[in-house]
Amino acid sequence: MKIINTPLSAAEIGSLKAGEEVFLNGIIYTARDQAHKRIVNSLGKGRGKGRGKGREIPFNLKGAVVYYCGPTQTPKGRIIGSCGPTTSSRMDAFTVPLLRKGLKGMIGKGSRSPEVRAAIKKYRAVYFVTYAGCGALLSRYVKSARKIAYHDLGPEAVMELKVENFPLVVAIDSLGNDIYERG
Amino acid sequence: MRDLKAGKITQAVEELVRRASFILRKDVLSVMKKAYRAEKNIRSRNILKAILDNAEFARKENLAICQDTGMPVIFAYLGQDVRIRGDFKKAVNRGIASGYKKYSLRNSIVQDPLLRGKPGFSPCIIHTEIVPGNKLKLILLPKGFGCENKSRLKMFNPTAGINQIKEFIAGAVKDAGPDACPPYVVGVGIGGSADYSAVLAKEALLLDISKRPSKLEGLLLKMINKTGIGPMGLGGKTTALAVKVLTSPTHIAGLPVSVNISCHALRSAEVVL
Repeated sequence: MKIINTPLSAAEIGSLKAGEEVFLNGIIYTARDQAHKRIVNSLGKGRGKGRGKGREIPFNLKGAVVYYCGPTQTPKGRIIGSCGPTTSSRMDAFTVPLLRKGLKGMIGKGSRSPEVRAAIKKYRAVYFVTYAGCGALLSRYVKSARKIAYHDLGPEAVMELKVENFPLVVAIDSLGNDIYERG
Repeated sequence: MRDLKAGKITQAVEELVRRASFILRKDVLSVMKKAYRAEKNIRSRNILKAILDNAEFARKENLAICQDTGMPVIFAYLGQDVRIRGDFKKAVNRGIASGYKKYSLRNSIVQDPLLRGKPGFSPCIIHTEIVPGNKLKLILLPKGFGCENKSRLKMFNPTAGINQIKEFIAGAVKDAGPDACPPYVVGVGIGGSADYSAVLAKEALLLDISKRPSKLEGLLLKMINKTGIGPMGLGGKTTALAVKVLTSPTHIAGLPVSVNISCHALRSAEVVL
């Protein structure tokens, strides 16, 4: 099975086909509803220069992969708690500006809007899905985890995760092919 | 009258939190295993295998089956001969909060739906029914919100045909599509009032899904599994594991129908005090 690494190269992204199963190695960032809202509100203000504390963009969007995930608390002695994907479509409204700023990969569950699909094609990015509702199992592929921003959001804080052989299915490839598109 | 100390309720709820969050329901597990054996689509089979492995890993490692440890919903069936010593609501919410904290579950509850704010562990939703007897039965259903978001309510005309109702229920599942963690368990409440049908739809998720379905439930399941959504929405014949229907008397002018979809991680646990 194919193994891909972050940051994702243009060639790597181009080689991925909708429906293909791959394993991901490297750094990914968790971000869900409220984090997306904040990041998009901060866009244009530049990294580290956001207005007000905790409002700066918490990681370099260029080439980044985000994971729509809000893990449980971390049980004692573990790297991370249960950490499966949340419903991606709730992030659709915030996704196009992030792709414009260089975001290259997204991991979640479920389908995306036609606008997001078109933007994925335009900006040559990729949308993955992973085993939904299997958060306990997925925690095994996370090798390190730390909160890097928006601590006040609790489980919606942005975390930097280092993952190894994280199982993914390509749901929308860089040509806009979508496994969930019907008819 | 039998006295029941509020502290006992708190303790019992804390234990329900652990059982519901770490251990997948027996009936769900057995239907899932059956679906795994019956599924022909290889990818769907692999996904069902991952779901089974996840349940096993969660149980063994005391990890939440899913990171969305839900909006906790308590169904309380209170015997009329029980006198609770202390504050019932507080006792339940204390058990929820301490259980979620103790077992490292997720703080998913915001105090204000509009202002949001920092999430905490409680309060939970409590549905209380007074029943004969001197016992208190508590059932905890931690409901994930990815699937809760796909709930539907429709007030049909009393003259509506059964086919319209079936279309509506299957339509709710089609709308959920791949988003809400299929294979689903579909809870349906028919009759009562708008609010009561919605409670029934959720209560239907507490029924044993490994039991033989009614004729309507069987027909609905067939219809839903023909959609081809399949596990994770990637195709196959297992879109739903079961459909459960509860009905109630209603008004001559109406026919409320509610649908409450559960993801495959249908979790609940009960205790009798």
